[in-house]
This record gives sequence, structure tokens and C-alpha cells, in this order.
Amino acid sequence: MKDGWLEQAWNRIRAFFHKEPLDADLEAEMASHLEMAVEENVRRGMTPEEARRMAMVRFGGMQQAREKQRAARGLPFVDVLGQDMRYTLRTLGRDAGFTTVAVLILALGIGANVAVFSVVNTILLRPLPFPQSQQLVWIAPPPQKCGLSCATYSIDAYEEFRAQSRSYQDITGYNAFTGPDNLRLTVGNGEPQPLTGMEVLGNFFQVLGVHPMLGRLFDPEDTLKGAHWVVLLEYAYWKRQFAGDKGIVGKEIDLSGEPATVVGVLPESFDFGAVFSPGSRVDMVTPLIPDYERDDGNVIPLIGRLKPGVTVGQAQADAEMVVPKLCWNIKYPQSCGSYVNNQGASIEVRTLKDYVSGRLRRSLIVLWSAVGMILLIACVNLSNLLLARAAARGKEFAMRSALGASRGRMVRQLMTESLILSGAGAVLGLGLAWALVAWLAHQGSLALPLLSTLHFDGQAVGWTVVMAIAAAVLFGLMPGLRMASGNLIETLKDSGHGASAGRKHETVRATLVIAEVGLACVLLVGAGLLLRSFLKVLDIDLGFQPDQAASMRVVYDDSAANDDARAARRGVIFQEMIARVSVLPGVKAAGIVDFLPLGPNRAWGTPTPQGKTFPPGALAAPLVYVCTPGYMRAMGMRLRGRDFRWDDGPKSQEVVIINAAAARTYWPGEDAVGKVLMSGNTQLHVIGVVDDVHTSSVEAEKGWQIYYSAMQRGPDDAHLVIRSSVPPATLAGSVLRTLRAMNPNQPAMEFQPLRMIVDRAVSPRRFFMLLVGIFAGLGLLLASLGIYGVIAYGVTRQTQEIGIRMALGASRGRVQRSVLGKTLSMVLIGVGVGTVASLAVARLIASLLFGTEATDPMTYAGVIVLLLAVALVAGYLPARRASRINPLTALRTN
Amino acid sequence: MSEEKLDLLQGTLDLMVLQTLAAMGEQHGYGIARRIEQVSGDEVLLNQGTIYASLVRLQQRGWIDAEWGISDNNRKAKFYSITKRGRKQLKEDVAYWRRLAMVMGRVLEQ
Repeated sequence: MKDGWLEQAWNRIRAFFHKEPLDADLEAEMASHLEMAVEENVRRGMTPEEARRMAMVRFGGMQQAREKQRAARGLPFVDVLGQDMRYTLRTLGRDAGFTTVAVLILALGIGANVAVFSVVNTILLRPLPFPQSQQLVWIAPPPQKCGLSCATYSIDAYEEFRAQSRSYQDITGYNAFTGPDNLRLTVGNGEPQPLTGMEVLGNFFQVLGVHPMLGRLFDPEDTLKGAHWVVLLEYAYWKRQFAGDKGIVGKEIDLSGEPATVVGVLPESFDFGAVFSPGSRVDMVTPLIPDYERDDGNVIPLIGRLKPGVTVGQAQADAEMVVPKLCWNIKYPQSCGSYVNNQGASIEVRTLKDYVSGRLRRSLIVLWSAVGMILLIACVNLSNLLLARAAARGKEFAMRSALGASRGRMVRQLMTESLILSGAGAVLGLGLAWALVAWLAHQGSLALPLLSTLHFDGQAVGWTVVMAIAAAVLFGLMPGLRMASGNLIETLKDSGHGASAGRKHETVRATLVIAEVGLACVLLVGAGLLLRSFLKVLDIDLGFQPDQAASMRVVYDDSAANDDARAARRGVIFQEMIARVSVLPGVKAAGIVDFLPLGPNRAWGTPTPQGKTFPPGALAAPLVYVCTPGYMRAMGMRLRGRDFRWDDGPKSQEVVIINAAAARTYWPGEDAVGKVLMSGNTQLHVIGVVDDVHTSSVEAEKGWQIYYSAMQRGPDDAHLVIRSSVPPATLAGSVLRTLRAMNPNQPAMEFQPLRMIVDRAVSPRRFFMLLVGIFAGLGLLLASLGIYGVIAYGVTRQTQEIGIRMALGASRGRVQRSVLGKTLSMVLIGVGVGTVASLAVARLIASLLFGTEATDPMTYAGVIVLLLAVALVAGYLPARRASRINPLTALRTN
Repeated sequence: MSEEKLDLLQGTLDLMVLQTLAAMGEQHGYGIARRIEQVSGDEVLLNQGTIYASLVRLQQRGWIDAEWGISDNNRKAKFYSITKRGRKQLKEDVAYWRRLAMVMGRVLEQ
């Protein structure tokens, strides 16, 4: 054996490809062998006939000898496989209906699985698209009510933290308050184009390990006060705006009226929005100049790269040592230590990966399980279809067995069939998944992280192969074993249409259907609970009316000698702007605010009610909004007291509007209107109380909010909000023309219906709900097909029996009832099992639900009614057929 | 089909064929089969046809050569002859079988 095996293997392969000459050679050799044998026998005195017969006897089976020789010289395994495949393709081709249904079911099951796998892989499994991304951590204070301002650090705090921490190679950050479309690009005399520029600290890309595709990254000199403005382009923006012009590096562009130099283009693999602000687009990156932001308070979240070998736990311990030393602003010594709150927890270090995708972990796992269940249902269904086929093909296999086919050989043949079916399903499913993935990757408004980096890759193909093989084994093995183990004699004798035959068969198939119904039930309950939660979320009173309203970012120039002059100038500009927009036909109300709800937000310290003391830490900093008169009406917010007036300017007493939650805390049981808040030594006169607005997210708790007049405090941004009596989109043109007439520099900003902002905020929930819903629908469809298949098949098998019963006097109604009864009993068991399983599963997804109990009776009742209704329809069709059986025909045929 | 049994038979037959060719020189398939039947005193009930699987296997391993030629009584036949490597292999196999037979004999006689 040891010697010559390599040569033999090579010869075997050669022989495999030269079947015909080798066969001819063997034939000639065998013929010559027989002739010699006959000759010798004749010489011994036999008659020629006897001689020939004896020669044949001594030679043994000619065909066996041939096959043995072929097996010895060639690749018998491949030969058998080829035979099986040819045979399979023939039989499947004959049964085109079955094949189509099977392949389609599998394609749906496998396609959905691969698409979801790609999403899960991108968001959850794959490391972030940075080198040694496991070293990257997100450093932020623990979540608090005061929004982004309490989730970020000031420049002074950052610099101190960076200097004192021992765990990091380096730490960086970006300006979390960068709003969309914050810059405008003017090319020649063209209209200014809005774009989003993200401000990052100078070492941002070095910490992340991102290298520019063209040009260079930021230098330390770029971040000094008074440095020439430089920008890095994001790949997608470079392609879109500059048509991928490689010569752009070093060129100067007009950014918001100032010259800026493009120093580089970022690689395609880097997408700021995909990692740090899902659902929004960042076009270019500019250096954050610390000295300009030093007095702006908390603006940057921190991202650190741990030293090799340092764990997140160690970094956390290190950070807790450093935090008490941090100052909000070193100019104010009393601000030192302000990053420690009275609850003790002051800082949280977690992996960047966890920050980016941790929230979605459970949703994605639920999605993955749901899609896995779909494949499971599809396999159970196919198993059933194959069992039905197996019953019909019982004779064929009994015959093959009688002709000498071994059991293993038949199971192998059936597994080949399963693999070919699942292979075809996989190929089709791959196409489906590819299309789904390509579509999903371009859903920019879907606020899921890393979605734009979603692509179809080798891992997805690998997963497809795994799915295909798993599916083939799942749905093919049982029918295969059953068929191969059938009793030969019984099958051959039995015509396959006897009334009592195949009882065991039916039990197996009924069990499969019960499993299918159970799985579908679990899926439907899950989808139902998520749907109820989603409806509850949509039903939330946001504190403003998102319909019939839209917003647009506006640019204005209020530059003046001092703050008061600026405020006065701003007031004039805003008043004119709102006056002009308000007279446009269809506009009911208009106002300006610096931050819209559900977007970035900030806080400005903690005012206290005049003359009252609260224990330290009892009051948190309210979120701050700076707005003009009319803003609250345009938003559809409910205000008690009075709105701001245009004369609430720099010269008059300072007025604020607070939200109901803040009012309840400051003056419990009293009317807040007319009271005074103290912010340091400044008196803030409360002129109104507004109903709570969902500011941070649709689902999160409502915090405290305080609104200032745009003529008394400086807004950080300006969004014009318009409430209209016509669809808001129709106003886009006239509003932009009005703004341009006032300020030619006004870029063509997106005219964003408020509904869109809300939709974006709930898009992840909608996405998961929709997908699980689709999977549940698919599961229901497959389960109903399964029910129909089993009942219809049972009716076909029992045609004769039903005929006899009807001939003996059974009425049509009775026959129908018995078929329906069988369906119902099967489905009821399935629903029972499914409901129990659902109760267990629902507890696992409880954290994904909103305002809905995991045991929500409405959902369960709905699902049970739905399943029973579908089952009745699926059972009714065969039942009707059964009741129409003509006893005479039934008894005559067969 | 029980594979193990077949393997043993195959191996045995392969060795018989090699030995026959070593003893008789060039020979065709029928000749080899007859010779094995005679030498074994007709104790081996050989389906002569099976010898061709054995021959092709030995040939693929490079232990025997084959060539078409003319037999004594003027018939076209394929003649096999043992190669140098075949002789070496035969020596090894014979030694192995002797040892095995001896051990088996001892075990069975105790």
C-alpha cells in the first residue's frame, strides 16, 4: 500500500477521464479470456455449447467483473455522484412543480438568512473598521438627563485627562455639536451648496489609525489659533462633489465665505457618520481648534486608544482616579471637580465597539433568531413535501432495493437530491441576499451604525454554503432514512393507496406540521409584540406636532461690536425673516430655534428657583434652547403663559420658558409662571410653561428644558420652523427664495419635514419591527402551506376510504367536518406548544418592547385567532375536495 | 457489500497474481487465473473475472506491466509481466504473509 499509492491516485484520475478506450480494452481482454477458456474446454472433450457455458460459469458475472475493474481503476465515488446527479436532475425535472416550490422556499429562507447574517456580521461580529480596533475605547460620563452637554467634556478637561491618564497611547475627540449642513461650499458664482463638516481634534485620525488616501492628515500647526483653514474630504463627498479629482489636494475652496485648503482625501473605508452618528452624513472633516472652543463648555466626547495589554477595567480604574481633578474651565477654580456627581459614578470607559453597536445587540440577535426560525420552518415544510414524495416513490425505491441497491446507496441518492435542491435554493438565495444587502447599504436615513460599510463578502458566501448544507441535512435526512428503511415486501405488495397504510407516516408528517405551526406562532407573537410596541412609540405625545411642519437651516450674519449689539441686530434679522416667511401662502406660523428636538442638544449649568434650596445633586442642568417668538406655535407645542416677544431684547429683563417637568421640580404644586430662577446672579423670569418635549429620543424619559429668547442669549445655530396648511414640501421653493432675497449666501439647505426627523429617530425600531414582521408573515405562509399539504395529501390517500364511507351513507358535511376536525386538532396542538414557547421567548425580548408587556393578552389572542383562521382556510380547501368525492369514481379507480 | 472482507480478498488475490507472474514470467489474464486455480488445488473458488480488477490495480501501482501480444495458439491477448518494483513489493508481502501465517498458527495451536 505504502509504495505506489501516489502513482495509483494519478492513474485513477487519468483513468476517470479515459473511460471509453479503457472499457474497450477490457472488453477485448475479456473476450480473449473467454475464447481461450472455451478452447481449452473443447480440447478436454466438451461440446462447444457445454464448453462455452462452463467458461462463462468460471468467469463469473461479466457485468460484475466490468464494474469491479472500473471501480479499481477509476474514481467510483465520483462516478456514483455523477449518476446520482443525473438521476436527480431527471426526477426533479419531471416534477417541475415540486422543484419550483422547494427551490423558491429555500431561496427565501437562505436569502433572508444570508442578508441578515451580513447585517449582523457588519454591525455586531466584525471588528470596527480600524486597525487594532479592540484597543479603542469610548470615554464619557454615565448617561444623565442633561443630554449631550453631560455626555461630553470641555477642552480643559480633555487636556487634563489626556495628560494625567496612564492607560492610553493617546486620546482624541470630536465636536459633538456639529449639526448637519453646517457649512456651505461656493464654487465660482454658483449657488452655495450645503455640506456637513465635522470638527475633530488634530490627532483624531492618528488615534483611530486611519491613513489618508490622498494628501496628508492634520498637522499640529493646523489646530493653532489663527491657523489657515484646512479640510480633509470624505471619500463619498470627494467622488460626488469633485468627481474623484486627484488634483484636488492642495487646492483652495470657498467654505462658508472663507478660503480653506483641501489637504487630503480620506479612504473609502472611513465613514465618520457610519461609526459615530448613524443615519447622518458627514462630507468633510475640519480641525477643531482648541483655543476657540475652550470657553464653550462641554463639547467633545473622548475616544482613547489603550496601550497594549491594558484592559478596559484598568482604564476605568485609572479614569476614576483622574476625573475628580478635571476642571470644566481652568479659569474658574470652582468648576474643578465638577465632573464627579453625587451618585459616585463619574465616568464610564467602554469599548468603542460596544458604544457603536452595543445597543443593537439584542435586536440583532432577535432578528437573527427570527430569520433562523424561518429557515427551520422552510426545512420542516420541505421535509414534509419530501415525505409526501417519498410515499409516492416508495415503489421505485423498493424496486431499486430488490435489484440490489444498498440502503446507504439509496440514502446517498436522496441526500444528493436534497443537496441539489438546497444548492439551487442557495444560488437563488444568494442573488436575493445580494440585492437586499445592496439596497440596505444605501438606506442612509436608517439610523443603524456601520450600515454604509455593509457589503456582500466571502463570509456571506461561506455562510450561504453552511446554510445550504445545514438545510439539506435538516430537510433531507429524515425522509431519506424513512424511505430507505421502508419494508420492501410491504411496499411492493401495497399499492400505496390503502386506507390504513402509512399511518405512521401520517403521524410523522402531522408532528412536523405541529412543529411548523409552533414556530410560526412564536414568530407571530414576537412580531406582534414588536408591532404593538412600535404603535405605542408612534402614539407617544412628543410635545410637538410633527405633521404639517418642516424646518430649514438658515444662515445669517449678526456680527457686531458687542453681544448686545449682536443680539439687537439678530432680532431685526429674525423678525424680518419670520415676517416675510409668514406671509407666504400656506404658512400658518414660523419661528426660529437653535436646536431642534431629537437632534443634538446642550445644557448651560443649573439654575435654581429664587429663595429655595435643594439638596446638592437634586437638580440637574436643563437642556437649553434659544428661540424666537412664534417658534412654539410653529412646532405645535402647548404653552401656558406668554410666548417670547420681539421686545424681549438685551435691554429688558431676562425671560425664560420652562417645561412642565422642570416646573414641577422647581415649584411643586405651584404655578411657575411669574416666578424667578436664579442662574448665578442673573434673574430669569419665567413667563411660560410648555408641555414636555421629547428632546433626546422618542422613547427616552423627558428631562428638563429651558427656553431663552434669541434676542437675549446667543443661539448656536438657526433652524427656521414652519407650520403650514398645505403639504410642507410644496413650500420649499418659496421659502428658499424668500431667504435668498434676504441673504444671497443662504445655501439650498434640506427642507426637512418634522415628521422625517421623528421617522429617522424611530427608524431602527421600525426596521427591526418590519423585518421580524416580514419573517413572521413568511412563517405563517409556510406553515399554512404545510397544513394544506398534509391535509390535502391525506385526502388523496384516503380517497377510496372516503368513497366507501360516503357509499355507506356519510353525508358531505360529515366528511368535511372530519377533515376540518383533523386540521384543527393538529393546529390546536401546534398553537398550544407555540404559545408556551412564545411566553418563554417573549421574556427574552422584553427589553426591546415599549409600553407592552411580554404577556400582552391582545397579541396572544390575535395570533391564536389568526393562526386558527389561516389553518381553517388551509384545511377547508382539501375538506371541500373530500366532500365532493364521487363514491363510484373513487371505488372504481385504483 | 462488506468492505473489510473485500479488502482482505483483494490483497490476497493481488499477492497471488504477483507471485504467479514472478514464477511464470509473462502471462495473460486467463493464464494467471488458471494457474492460481491449479496451484491452489482448486481450493480457491475464483470467479476468474475478478482477476481483472486486481490486474488493473497492480498495473496502476507500477508493480506490473501490460502489453498486447499473440498467445501460443495465435490469439490476441494482453500479457502481463512483473516489474522490478513489483518484485520488491512481492518480497515484502511474502515476508509479511509468512510472519502472519506463523503467528496465526501459533495462536491457533495453543
